[in-house]
Amino acid sequence: MAIKAILSRPSSRWMDGSGPYADLIISSRIRLARNLAGWPFPSLLSPERRQEVAREINKAAHAEAAYAVAGELEMVMLDALSPVQRQILVEKHLISPQHAENEAEGAVILREDETISIMVNEEDHLRLQSFCPGLQLAECWRLANALDDALEQTLEFAFDERKGYLTACPTNVGTGLRASVMAHLPGLVHTRQARRILSALSQVGLAVRGIYGEGSEPVGNLFQISNQITLGRSEEDIIDNLAVVTRQIVDQETSAREVLQRETGPQLQDRVGRAYGLLTNAAVIGSEEALALLSDLRLGVDLALVKGIERRTINELMVAIQPAYLQEKAGRKMSPMERDVLRASVIRQRLQNKSGGVL
Amino acid sequence: MLCEECKERPATVHITTIIKNQKSQVNLCEECAREYQQHWGFGFQPDFSIPQFLAALLQHEAPEIPTGRQEGTGPGCRACGLTYDEFRRTGRLGCAQCYNYFGDRLEPLLHRVHGVSRHMGKVPRRAGGTLSTKREIEQLRAELEKLVASEEYEKAARVRDRIRELEKKVAGNTEK
Repeated sequence: MAIKAILSRPSSRWMDGSGPYADLIISSRIRLARNLAGWPFPSLLSPERRQEVAREINKAAHAEAAYAVAGELEMVMLDALSPVQRQILVEKHLISPQHAENEAEGAVILREDETISIMVNEEDHLRLQSFCPGLQLAECWRLANALDDALEQTLEFAFDERKGYLTACPTNVGTGLRASVMAHLPGLVHTRQARRILSALSQVGLAVRGIYGEGSEPVGNLFQISNQITLGRSEEDIIDNLAVVTRQIVDQETSAREVLQRETGPQLQDRVGRAYGLLTNAAVIGSEEALALLSDLRLGVDLALVKGIERRTINELMVAIQPAYLQEKAGRKMSPMERDVLRASVIRQRLQNKSGGVL
Repeated sequence: MLCEECKERPATVHITTIIKNQKSQVNLCEECAREYQQHWGFGFQPDFSIPQFLAALLQHEAPEIPTGRQEGTGPGCRACGLTYDEFRRTGRLGCAQCYNYFGDRLEPLLHRVHGVSRHMGKVPRRAGGTLSTKREIEQLRAELEKLVASEEYEKAARVRDRIRELEKKVAGNTEK
């Protein structure tokens, strides 16, 4: 049972800290929105009809063609999961928050290693997602495209010669493609260039948002950069555009880190050291504080200011300290204070037995 | 109290945000507060969604309809019954046919969001090998023009032959 494994471990194949530019680009994702021809979009379907759609899609996901591309896939009805379990899938970026909330007749099809997730009956009938570690958009696209081809042998997708793949929201029509990268950009934030550089991206058809943090500022210096335009360009063009811009951001971030190290070496060492000290000693810690400190620690790992800590440990902690994951691990609903205590202990355990330290 | 950002000047601006019942406060000096505001803006909406944004865009598009009949209150999409008003409210269409039914009215919106309104990407194999072949012919024609313009006639001839070949294939498929 893939879902059991997925809900009980903080790690996933695409968060393993590998891949090109893994020090700055945590992961790449491709999402394809598709709808079945001849059916109204999910929001206008009765519960029974939505179940029918889910059955059709599940059949296609288990057909020979899909198996040849993706191997074993498992469909889980969202209402078979508890709210906390659904939230874990959100925390692991496998489903959207909207999908977790509208659980009736929604489903998700997952591969055990979490590199494929198909949201069923979200805004569109299918939202096929593939994930890779590091900057590997082309790799992700190959997988998503092959699975799309395979599903299409069983399913007929709503398609128009002029408008392309037809989606519930006109912002997705055409390719139905949303390509994105998750980038860790502490250098740009600390040198106060983040706003200038990231806001310029809208001029080249890209959108940026913080991954964590619901307030006025992104938490943990983590950003998602994705294409906004889905119509009038080929998939390859869209992906290429994002990859080229991401590489430029990688360059900017790298030089910002060099400046920080050169101009403010002791402060940087201090920042990393304090983050390590707090994370390995705190007894009560909120998730925003933890994410901010993990960002400092990650920067320390990237710049070799810390030894004995792997990037994948930090990636795992980003999932392991989230509210739903903590509560699932504890096996019960917890108050925010209880969570803060458990969170601190999870972090201490993961970092302390690594016999790591600040250089 | 010192400013949390520069840790030099006294904090005179206190920004409180309450999101999902979680209160947080930032204490800043005037200078850092200005930067803070410029940086991420106070109006940052966590639950900002594209459908909402679209809906706002559409509202803006047809602000006041002067007389009599209001746009969008007419009959809904023939296939699913969704009215244009409902689309304007939610930013979501009801079915694939809505694209045909609301075609003219969607065009400016697609233009505004995507810049163009013609699909250039992948074509499902099922929707006809012919469709993807037609697309390939279009691309080859463009290439042919370029080659002719740059006087690369040998290459151009090869592309021309390929186009003829594909055209035959399309014709054959339609006959079947």
